Amino acid sequence: MAEVILKDISKIYDNNKIVVNKVNLEIKGNEFVVIVGPSGCGKTTTLRMIAGLEEISEGELYINGKLVNDVPPKDRDIAMVFQNYALYPHMNVFENMAFGLRIRKFSEEEIKKRVSEAAKLLEIDQLLYRFPKQLSGGQRQRVAMGRAIVRNPAVFLFDEPLSNLDAKLRTQMRSELARLHKRIGATTIYVTHDQVEAMTLADKIVIMNNGFVQQIGPPLEIYNRPKNIFVAGFIGSPTMNFIDCKFKKEGERTFLKGENWSFELPSVYEPENSDVILGIRPENLFPVDPSSAIFRGTLEIREVLGSELYLYVNCGTFTICLRQEASHRFETGETIYLNFKPETIRLFNKGSGLRVNKKEEEKK
Amino acid sequence: MKIIRKTKLFLAQIITHIFLILFSIVTIYPVLWVFKMALSDSQNFRVSLNPVPESISFTNFSEVIFAKNMAGQYIFFYQLFNSVAVSFITTLLGVLLATTAAYAFSRFKFPLRRAGLMAFLVTQMFPGTMMMIPLYIIMDKLGLLNHLMGLALVYSTTSIPFCVWTLKGYFDTIPKELEESAMIDGAGRLKIFVKIILPLARPAIAVTALFSFMTAWNEFILAATFMNKETSYTLPVMLQHFVGAHNTEWGHFAAGAIIVALPVVILFYFLQKNLVSGLTAGSVKG
Repeated sequence: MAEVILKDISKIYDNNKIVVNKVNLEIKGNEFVVIVGPSGCGKTTTLRMIAGLEEISEGELYINGKLVNDVPPKDRDIAMVFQNYALYPHMNVFENMAFGLRIRKFSEEEIKKRVSEAAKLLEIDQLLYRFPKQLSGGQRQRVAMGRAIVRNPAVFLFDEPLSNLDAKLRTQMRSELARLHKRIGATTIYVTHDQVEAMTLADKIVIMNNGFVQQIGPPLEIYNRPKNIFVAGFIGSPTMNFIDCKFKKEGERTFLKGENWSFELPSVYEPENSDVILGIRPENLFPVDPSSAIFRGTLEIREVLGSELYLYVNCGTFTICLRQEASHRFETGETIYLNFKPETIRLFNKGSGLRVNKKEEEKK
Repeated sequence: MKIIRKTKLFLAQIITHIFLILFSIVTIYPVLWVFKMALSDSQNFRVSLNPVPESISFTNFSEVIFAKNMAGQYIFFYQLFNSVAVSFITTLLGVLLATTAAYAFSRFKFPLRRAGLMAFLVTQMFPGTMMMIPLYIIMDKLGLLNHLMGLALVYSTTSIPFCVWTLKGYFDTIPKELEESAMIDGAGRLKIFVKIILPLARPAIAVTALFSFMTAWNEFILAATFMNKETSYTLPVMLQHFVGAHNTEWGHFAAGAIIVALPVVILFYFLQKNLVSGLTAGSVKG
């Protein structure tokens, strides 16, 4: 039940380049935290600082209440699974899993017991005497996880563990990881650039960009109430539509106005100034009769995914993506009229990129 | 169409093979000649195109092996021991120092790291004879002239730079994550080096060991300069003594050359598998 606390953790390189900027994070025991962000956002560096593989330039790191800034990796009671698995090529699966235990001077009996238990759990007990090069990608991934599990560490660290696998295997391993975490229940910190992994695995998501934490929260909260335009755009596939517009007040009523469209806001918003960005997720848009349309445009691209359909509609100054059931029949070049559910829109300040809260939301 | 393509392919193969056979003959011919001379019972240099021995006699070999000096000592065995000892010490020193140095160059950041590597490279650009005089003076001052240890030291210093570069290149290809993983598993630097890096670098170590061994085994000039007693000669120096000012004992020379070459051939044979994977190391990620 280890807790991990990051207090103002920063990583500054010799050339004064700040790659991680004052990250604050509290991870409770048994929590599955996913750090997600585009490449170069500092997520892996953050993980490596927690592991002790990278020095912490500023800030404090606590594992189980103990300050571990200067504690070497081996004494932090952690285990890490690397992106390229990092299995020892000259040792068979058993020896790979036993390596850490041997160094820690466990008895041969205990080593055998732990390795076979972990192997059973991961269904690799048939492979114990094979060498890494004789294993498939998925099997190697399991061995790497087995090597972490046998040590029974307080904290599991995963560095993009599924990104070397093909799409099908990735989905399979993802659900297995979730099952494993339920079973073992150790504190887990997982780094990925894949938002689907983040959404499906995490108890808590940490979104990073340019070294800064953008938002921390449970997956649905992040999805429904993104703090800023970056988070809104990063989570969700296809990505949220962003439309530049003006915020206008006419008496008690407020409107959003674009070049050739206008929409009356159903709730009270108070943006920083009149330049705002309207955000609508593709699933919240739908085609309507010309009379009740807010946007109109020409269908440019049609992507068929089998169960669903992505339509890209050119509305002049902007393009809108909407998600529809595959049964809808649209042809490219066709004019399409669109509307959306008013309560599903998100409004962002154009300058700061922060989301504009509804009045009643603020009170909460 | 198919037939034309097949004949073309066939012709190409024939031409390739003609070239290969030709160059093989060019390579093997002188060696056959040495065999012919060694197996003859005379010391003459007979000019004949035929490389097949006319007679087979092992007298040249036995005369080389069982030659005695004035004091009645079997000097060949002294010299054999010298060569073996010097080569082994050189290899041992070379591999030991080169692996550790190369690991440091590959993994650690320290001041003058690049300069150090460059310095190693630069020393390789000077011919060994150039360093003979300063080395002689140093060896003399240290009292290491006529000492096997002194010779081994000199050989090590010349072979280590090459070994460091080769090994560093190989260590660079070993993923850093392996070490980080071992670090988290609880291993210290030394343990990582011994348990992870060294076993993985076996092909490269085999290459550098062979190189060190051959440097020492075949070296002549320094050995001839620093060793001035018959019993402290190494085998290449012994060989040279068959070539006199007035006459040359070609039969002894050829037999001696074969005897000297034999250990290297045997070593090559056993290390060849490692050698090939060592030389191409790093080209493809395993």
